[in-house]
Amino acid sequence: MSTHTSGLAIETAGLVKTFGETRAVDGVDLAVPAGTVYGVLGPNGAGKTTTVKMLATLLRPDDGQARVFGHDVVREADEVRGRVSLTGQYASVDEDLTGTENLVLLGRLLGHGKAAARERGEQLLAAFGLTDAAAKQVKHYSGGMRRRIDIAASILNTPDLLFLDEPTTGLDPRSRNQVWDIVRAVVAQGTTVLLTTQYLDEADQLASRIAVIDQGRVIAEGTKGELKASVGAGSVHLRLRDAEERPEAERVLRNLLVAEVQPEADPVALTARLGAAASDTAADQAAKALGELARAGITVDSFSLGQPSLDEVFLALTGHDTGQRTDGDSGTDTKDEVAA
Amino acid sequence: MSTATSSETKDLSPVSTESLAALLVTRERPPRPSALSTSLTFGWRAILKIKHVPEQLFDVTAFPIMNLLMFTYLFGGALAGSPSDYIQFVLPGILVMSVVMITMYTGVSVNIDIEKGVFDRIRSLPIWRPSAMVGYLLGDALRYTIASVVMLSVGLLLGYRPDGGFVGVVAGIALLLLFSFAFSWIWTMFGLMLRTEKSVMSVSMMVIFPLTFLSNVFVDPRTMPGWLQAFVNNSPITHLASAVRGLMAGGWPGVEIAWTLGWAGLFLLVFGPVTMRLYNRK
Repeated sequence: MSTHTSGLAIETAGLVKTFGETRAVDGVDLAVPAGTVYGVLGPNGAGKTTTVKMLATLLRPDDGQARVFGHDVVREADEVRGRVSLTGQYASVDEDLTGTENLVLLGRLLGHGKAAARERGEQLLAAFGLTDAAAKQVKHYSGGMRRRIDIAASILNTPDLLFLDEPTTGLDPRSRNQVWDIVRAVVAQGTTVLLTTQYLDEADQLASRIAVIDQGRVIAEGTKGELKASVGAGSVHLRLRDAEERPEAERVLRNLLVAEVQPEADPVALTARLGAAASDTAADQAAKALGELARAGITVDSFSLGQPSLDEVFLALTGHDTGQRTDGDSGTDTKDEVAA
Repeated sequence: MSTATSSETKDLSPVSTESLAALLVTRERPPRPSALSTSLTFGWRAILKIKHVPEQLFDVTAFPIMNLLMFTYLFGGALAGSPSDYIQFVLPGILVMSVVMITMYTGVSVNIDIEKGVFDRIRSLPIWRPSAMVGYLLGDALRYTIASVVMLSVGLLLGYRPDGGFVGVVAGIALLLLFSFAFSWIWTMFGLMLRTEKSVMSVSMMVIFPLTFLSNVFVDPRTMPGWLQAFVNNSPITHLASAVRGLMAGGWPGVEIAWTLGWAGLFLLVFGPVTMRLYNRK
């Protein structure tokens, strides 16, 4: 047994899992600091769930190494299981049982006596606003309630590491915000959270570090700031009144913004990709740009500011898109004013 | 009984992050529960499921009664002169056949749990690994007991009079339950191995029908062709049926009991480890 000194909750090196011909996870290296929310961002089928399943000892890696608090997930699986909890669509509670019964059942399995399991279960149900539904079978729960009972079941014993696999997929915005509140409360008490998501804004809201996964590989990793810098904080799209003023506008913008400025096919349009390295927000940078252009006597006909969406992140990082429609809440993109 | 159906989304009480934080402060963990304790807890889960979905008792009540009535009156006159004579011979056999048949639902339960995702939560717990499987079988033991009691009651009404009395009957049922527990590991294996509930069901049927019918449950094997006798006389179901029949008739069929226990041990030793291997590798 190894002693854990690195301060890392999760360490993986060259993690591989293949299903037949598909390399679902193809050499993933992760280093997740303890006590933080770590976001794993990627589209469906990127290998997020497979990675989580290996880390939670549910799947055996075909190659590579993974340690959770210093314990090898294969050789010391039992140690790992004692410290982690798992919430995902596949790791669910029993639909035939009531909310209370599910929590008492899991409480008993974790070693609580009957009375203690019931007490802890009832306290959790109350904290999650599920007291009214406690005696109902889980199959009658709504999506938001369902997600709450799943998370409640995962924190019967406060885990050192909590895996949340796409905890808000399919939830309405209000339920999603409530799940976010729960995640913040959990991490505030010192639990490390590994959160997988398809939504950039979710990772942005909760995670301190983010790994972007595509086709079983980590294609970008870093703090939110670093990641945004590599992708760009968004882009400013401009249409000028006079095409002849465009070279001058380009020059002004290049000098002013930490940005990559590109003329568009439309002779009056240009796009500036904002870098996140600048201390100003994208909106401030855009406001400054407009002011500067006005001072230079350049007339701007229309203007729009686009946040990077998950699709843009992927496009920027991989050169291909996610292959799926991005939900409206994963970043607003308003560059439709730009003519082709 | 199941609770009233209603799924309200509209006004869910808010999450109280303060009380949640208070709950999360405790990082103490109770000591790890024993293998027996976790197995019994899973058994309790099976009983809760019977409470919520009582329809699932259909296969341990109506199905055995149907078997008993059908075979007694269908074959009784032809094979033994009258149904009331035949039932003395056939009841222990039909009891064995019915209970062994309903063991196959274990595999279906395992498969449904995998599909619903309950399984992965269970597998991520730090507990004695086979306890989930043992739990299914403990819950099922209750179902088999219900089936046995139901069939014996109906049999007594139809004129079955076991010479072994209460003790003989209880001994017979105990042997049957023991065998069923060991035999069920075949189904837990199939439940883990096959992809869908349907395929579990059809593979189970393919195993269970020939195995139960090609036995001495209904008739004396001496009337069968030689090659079939070879199979029937060595079938675990034949040994079990003979042993249960003997015990209920007040005898002590030591050889048959020994064969039955031998088979039970073999099933447990082969399919138990295969099941656990699949469970861990899933």
